[in-house]
Amino acid sequence: MSPKTVSHATEQDAPSDERLLTMLQRMIEIRGFEDEIQRLFTQNLVRGSTHLCNGQEACAVGACFALREGDSMLCTYRGHGAVLAMGAPLEGTFAEILGRATGLCRGKGGSMHLTDVGVGAYGSFAIVGAHLPIATGLAFAAKHEGSGAVSLCFFGDGSTNIGAFHESLNLAAIWKLPIVFVCENNLYGEYSPLPSTTPVHQLAERAASYAMPGVTVDGNDVVAVHATVSEAVARARAGEGPTLIEAMTYRHRGHSRTDPARYRPEGELEEWLQRDPIPRLEALLAERGVAPESIARARGDAEQAVADALAAALAAPAPELALIQEDVYA
Amino acid sequence: MSEVTYKEAVRLALRDALAADERVLMLGEDIAAAGGAFKTTEGLMEQFGGERVLDTPISEQAIIGAAIGASLRGLRPVAELMFADFAGVCFDQIANQLAKYRYMTGGQVSVPVTIRLCNGAGAGFASQHSQTVENWFLNCPGLKIVVPGSVADAYGLLRAAVEDDDPVLYFEHKGMYNLKGDLPDAPDALPIGKAAIVREGEHVTVVATQLMRHRAAAAAETLAREGIEVELIDPRTVLPLDVETVGASVERTNRLVVVQESPLSGSWGATLVAALVRDRFESLDAPPVLLSGADTPVPYAGPLEDAWLIDEERIVAAVRGACDA
Repeated sequence: MSPKTVSHATEQDAPSDERLLTMLQRMIEIRGFEDEIQRLFTQNLVRGSTHLCNGQEACAVGACFALREGDSMLCTYRGHGAVLAMGAPLEGTFAEILGRATGLCRGKGGSMHLTDVGVGAYGSFAIVGAHLPIATGLAFAAKHEGSGAVSLCFFGDGSTNIGAFHESLNLAAIWKLPIVFVCENNLYGEYSPLPSTTPVHQLAERAASYAMPGVTVDGNDVVAVHATVSEAVARARAGEGPTLIEAMTYRHRGHSRTDPARYRPEGELEEWLQRDPIPRLEALLAERGVAPESIARARGDAEQAVADALAAALAAPAPELALIQEDVYA
Repeated sequence: MSEVTYKEAVRLALRDALAADERVLMLGEDIAAAGGAFKTTEGLMEQFGGERVLDTPISEQAIIGAAIGASLRGLRPVAELMFADFAGVCFDQIANQLAKYRYMTGGQVSVPVTIRLCNGAGAGFASQHSQTVENWFLNCPGLKIVVPGSVADAYGLLRAAVEDDDPVLYFEHKGMYNLKGDLPDAPDALPIGKAAIVREGEHVTVVATQLMRHRAAAAAETLAREGIEVELIDPRTVLPLDVETVGASVERTNRLVVVQESPLSGSWGATLVAALVRDRFESLDAPPVLLSGADTPVPYAGPLEDAWLIDEERIVAAVRGACDA
């Protein structure tokens, strides 16, 4: 079955050039952030593990830019990009992963648990699939309160084989909840290629079991992701219930830490690098007649913001030891 | 003041919590239209509507996760797990998500979720529907765990759980649903984390919860006729455990017997005894006694389950032994 593409997005839904430049800048910030995290990890400045989203920036930015204030977003441990896309500060995000007192979570969560409730990023989750029921609950509350808020939930292709995925889609469907499930299908569940674990070719097909729309979109095309998610968000706000979106994408790096990803067939990475979402957006902007200096400025501003934020985060102190006992109970 | 059953006290607490705060809502399997597998929620959907008392699919992960998510937006969900043992199906949501959400986010969120779980042996349900599941979660800081052992506690601790800004696991013992007791006309919430001295005595401190509390109370009557005065304490909350109240009692009696309906390993009784040996060793005139079920699953057949559970006779014998030591 070939991927279904979205046909309902219209010209007026499309972001302006100015908006696209902002999205480009955010994508370059995320890319630069991830590159710095990898470097910091090899310098032993990052504890535990990291799961970088290089190559998947269009999913994070395209989807999060379809939300408005009051909406919520939950994501996975490969969630640096999504949390930054929501507008979390680069400095606090760096500081959290560096385990500093000024981190988003005061150094209690780290790379896999980035949370910034102030921008609607209610959490990054390190147990595969565990956050889908929670995102469903956020959607339930939004419906209950009648605020029109929407719950956006990112997860990976591997999550679609865990029970919590099925329980959540089922509940969201029967209660007709305002939630958009965004599966970033990057072809690998940890180290395993999808066909070795999953009998369906396109994960959007799984929506049929829950009588909700299932849409496959090019996850490396930020405009397409934005249009598809915007349409699903509009459905959710209108009380028409959940949507499952499968965004086809690719992680440029391995699963985690220093995984060299030797399990990938030769040439696959190179092929996907041709579809790198950042140069694609730059090319689109140029095609639309945006001045080259505007595009260069977006890149320059992004790179400067990352460098400044990292310097500030590195200068921040470690948390006080008394913090161990705090935040256990209210 | 009126006499009601333990089950009725649970239902009244839910009714009053729903009436007191519109942020409170309930979700679970068959709790709305059917009124609950044990009929503890009968009539609540009719009174408060289907938007506040909700039936769910048989999806324990979704039930607990949905409660967590709803609490993030300011609601105060009361989720029901029909049998406490089903917590095994959603262990991740309780142990990894609910318990740690506040901590891992550096205090950015509150998750005021109450989970009601139907606990305990003695009714012939065999080992997947009879456990004292509170013990599974003792190692999860961030949770509070209450185990009401009387009609007043059933009401007061449930009101407190729903009002609490932290997640609370509330265990109802299925063997006590028909227990009768007095409930004031306008009962108060009871403090979480505070033990109750059920009976005062000078010779030996006996600590027990739920079904074992009532067997220990009967044993105390028998022992009183022999001249042994038991001080019976019900911790009521097992996380955090009120070690202070028990310790102060042991300072007076110098003897300790803990009775629990669970295997010994990894139990609240083992935690309590360890804490008292550590902190009050000098006060103990005899080795502390910990009466537990066998380290086996709960068996089905009547004589086997009866023998698995600690009975009044064994409590009497253990207390006599402690007092003779």
